[in-house]
Amino acid sequence: MVKIITTRRVTQIFFFLLFIWFCIVATLGQSWWQLRGWPVNWFLQLDPLVGLGVILATHTLYAGLLWGVATLVLTLFLGRFFCGWVCPMGALQQFVGYLGMRSLESRQRIERCQPHPAQRAKYWLLLFLLAAAAADLLAWLFGGFSRNPLGYLIAVAGLFILLRVMQSRQLIRFTKVTLLWIAAFFILGGVWQWWFAQYHWLSAALQTGLLDPLPFIHRAVNLVLLPVMDGTVHVTSAIPRFYAGSGLVGLLFLSVILLCLRIPRFYCRFVCPLGALLGLLSRWALWRIGKAEDRCRECRQCEAHCEGACAPSQRIRISECVLCLNCMDQCRHGLMGYYPHPSVVGEITEPDLNRRQVISAVVAGFAAVPILRVQGGLADGWKPQLIRPPGALGEKDFLSRCIKCGQCMRICPTNVIHAADWRCGMEGLWTPVLNFRIGTSGCQHNCVACSQICPTAALRPITVDERMGRNAFADSGPLRTGMAFVDRGRCLPWAMDTPCIVCQENCPVSPKAIFTRTEFRTIRNGSVKVGRIEANRITIEGPDLPSGRLGSGDYFVSWEGGRAVPVQSNTADTLILRTDPYIQTQPEIGTDLLIAVRLQQPYIDPVRCIGCGVCEHECPVRGQRAVRITAENETRHPQRRMIIR
Amino acid sequence: MSDANATDRRGFILNLWRSVFAAAGISAVGFSLWDRKGPVAAKRQTSKLQIASFAATGQNGKLAVARGSDRIRNIEAAIDALGGMAQFVQPGDKVLLKVNAAFATPPVLGATTHPDLVARTAALCFAAGAAQVAVTDNPINDPASCFELTGIGPAARKAGARLMLPRPDRFAFYSVKNGQLIRNWPVLGAPLVWADKVIGLAPVKDHHRSGASMTMKNWYGLLGGRRNIFHQQIHTIIAELAVMIRPTLVVLDGTWSMIANGPTGGAMDDLKATHTLIAGTDQVAVDSLGATLLGKSVKALVHLDLAERAGAGTTDYRSLNPVVVDA
Repeated sequence: MVKIITTRRVTQIFFFLLFIWFCIVATLGQSWWQLRGWPVNWFLQLDPLVGLGVILATHTLYAGLLWGVATLVLTLFLGRFFCGWVCPMGALQQFVGYLGMRSLESRQRIERCQPHPAQRAKYWLLLFLLAAAAADLLAWLFGGFSRNPLGYLIAVAGLFILLRVMQSRQLIRFTKVTLLWIAAFFILGGVWQWWFAQYHWLSAALQTGLLDPLPFIHRAVNLVLLPVMDGTVHVTSAIPRFYAGSGLVGLLFLSVILLCLRIPRFYCRFVCPLGALLGLLSRWALWRIGKAEDRCRECRQCEAHCEGACAPSQRIRISECVLCLNCMDQCRHGLMGYYPHPSVVGEITEPDLNRRQVISAVVAGFAAVPILRVQGGLADGWKPQLIRPPGALGEKDFLSRCIKCGQCMRICPTNVIHAADWRCGMEGLWTPVLNFRIGTSGCQHNCVACSQICPTAALRPITVDERMGRNAFADSGPLRTGMAFVDRGRCLPWAMDTPCIVCQENCPVSPKAIFTRTEFRTIRNGSVKVGRIEANRITIEGPDLPSGRLGSGDYFVSWEGGRAVPVQSNTADTLILRTDPYIQTQPEIGTDLLIAVRLQQPYIDPVRCIGCGVCEHECPVRGQRAVRITAENETRHPQRRMIIR
Repeated sequence: MSDANATDRRGFILNLWRSVFAAAGISAVGFSLWDRKGPVAAKRQTSKLQIASFAATGQNGKLAVARGSDRIRNIEAAIDALGGMAQFVQPGDKVLLKVNAAFATPPVLGATTHPDLVARTAALCFAAGAAQVAVTDNPINDPASCFELTGIGPAARKAGARLMLPRPDRFAFYSVKNGQLIRNWPVLGAPLVWADKVIGLAPVKDHHRSGASMTMKNWYGLLGGRRNIFHQQIHTIIAELAVMIRPTLVVLDGTWSMIANGPTGGAMDDLKATHTLIAGTDQVAVDSLGATLLGKSVKALVHLDLAERAGAGTTDYRSLNPVVVDA
């Protein structure tokens, strides 16, 4: 018979490979191995912390996030199966932890797998992150009072009675005072929300993605592992990919993985807020690890490979158990098992937390968002360099949904979406921002891939028609991500007497958002005297001309009484004029000549520009570009528009 | 053993029920909040605000001009010439004075409505039986500073009028009928909803973009949001403002006029003693007459023409037979 841990290992390898496979196929294209209906967001959707966070921050559960319900429901029956059997982050850590423990003696292994007080930190993090996101749901619930006061009061009374009944049946362990506090909380909250409806005193920010393991590993694979690996084999991208902001992602990921060499499942034990959530739930799991009989020899071999550090030899810490089942495999006496009853020696069902810690974490989470918001990043202090992909919601709503998973950055065919750093606001760390210097072009005009892949609709699903402002969207016009500005101090035709207008040429909008005005400007040292004339060859007196440069078709010679004649070619002291049968006049010896360059100088039409950044990407001034996009005029913030129409 | 088994079984069934109920609860919450489609484009804020006409019955097309160097005597004389404040304010009315408090500058610089004018007008309203008088504006500079430094705040309080500062909750979205620019735009609506009568009190000022800032331009201070984008079509916006507000009365104070460096001014040299105060119910006529104080023709101020064609009044102020009095 196949050993149970072999089954578990095969399952883990299967899900890990499936995860990597989904990361690879998140590639835009028509081949069978590319994005053609593969459920590339499935792991993120299975992650109930994503769904719960979005519910708290938006009081809605977007599309595929409903999968998270399945994970929670199964956890109520099976315990933390997701951590031990499905999570790719867990599998990877378990493998690295195995490598780290290979050469150790049993005693040392047991030591490394003992519970540590710091394991409670993950619950603090979970509570903190959920509280930071919870303001919207609270405001929405409290808003029930404004919408329907009577119904609201009835609902609160109903809740009170329900809890009271559950309490009397000893299903919950609340005191009567606690129940009264809960009722008072909802009534006062409802009244407060009604009275101060104008002031959005509750503000939510979804930051679970910072630590949530699925976004974490997605980010690492999308922004670091795949670009590094694929840089040599070129499967997912013909051109090496770069991601601004990926350095920190990669180093953190590497640190976490390396730490597992010393402490098995380091992240799961101390950091993982998803594990904490499932741990809180697993106390009600129907089946649980434990002993069937109390005749243990205390050999503690069951703890030599205990992934969750839940001390199965004693009273098992149910919330820490990740169902690796190694204890069952290790126990030579057949005591450990997966039973529909608690361990006969008892168990510790609750995490190692006290009320003070819980309240501190929750209050800190609630307070953190207003503290960050007072910086004004969502008010007048918004960052003009923060250019979000088309389809991005307004910044406040965006921050209530984005889990920083990097799927949009992965799918972007032109590699123009990058992970924001602190400069776009602390809340915006690793959220998508367009960087037009990196990538193969600006943001492609007819592409909506990022908004379609986004698992939480922080980039709402838009169609090409909506993006382009066609058909049903003709009235609202194209979606603008920002606007281009010409830096006349850097622009070649404006500042350097050099013809260019690459930006105008590449502007994908029709009619173009970049137009030009022509100016003839006398070149440097372009005021000369005619020395000799032979047919159309003029030898000039004056400073040397730039040899061979004036025959490009953009240079003209003019003199008093004559019209501008194009230069055909030149040396340092001669000009050969283009022969033109209609040009009858010739300059005379001694005549003053002016050599001028024809410059087409670019201008932006603010009504047409959509901020796609193709111009910025193409600008030949490669460092600080001479035409640059900032977020002015972006569609997602109508109140920030710069022009009337 | 069998007893223990029975206990076990009972415990298991109890736990099973608990898990099933919890699972059902979680699923119910999940499904009830399920959003299959995701958010759509942010809907534009829709107009909820209604702005009534504040015109007093039977007072259409009234126009009076008081000439004199004393502002208080000017306003009294002009209102007298119109038949007295009782023609416009009924006992029990709530009267809103829309002042120009745009800049945090002292009254002597003439960039804002003079506090004497505010105080005297408020007193006239109270004398006519007004129950309450309020003063409002959404200034360009810091609102609280503007009301204090212009002297308007202290004058209003002294006269028994209350200030309505442009708090965020006092704005509502509004669309001008057939307007092109004021479409779902935040307007300082709460004072307008509160008021039975609205009197505009504006100084005469040079304005580099629109040519002049008088009683029609004064309504700009009722707009919220990033309103200065309307400078891109300044005459259109002024005409729309004249359509938006049908005032009870407007008072154009040209006792001193800012003839240069407007609309901020900043030096006494920018002012000229024009010794004229114009009051009337037709804001287009009042401003057309006021243009002469700046030495400008009606034709030069395109917004006058636009407002006339939009039906806000007449530029032919002579047709209203203005009553001219010396104060």
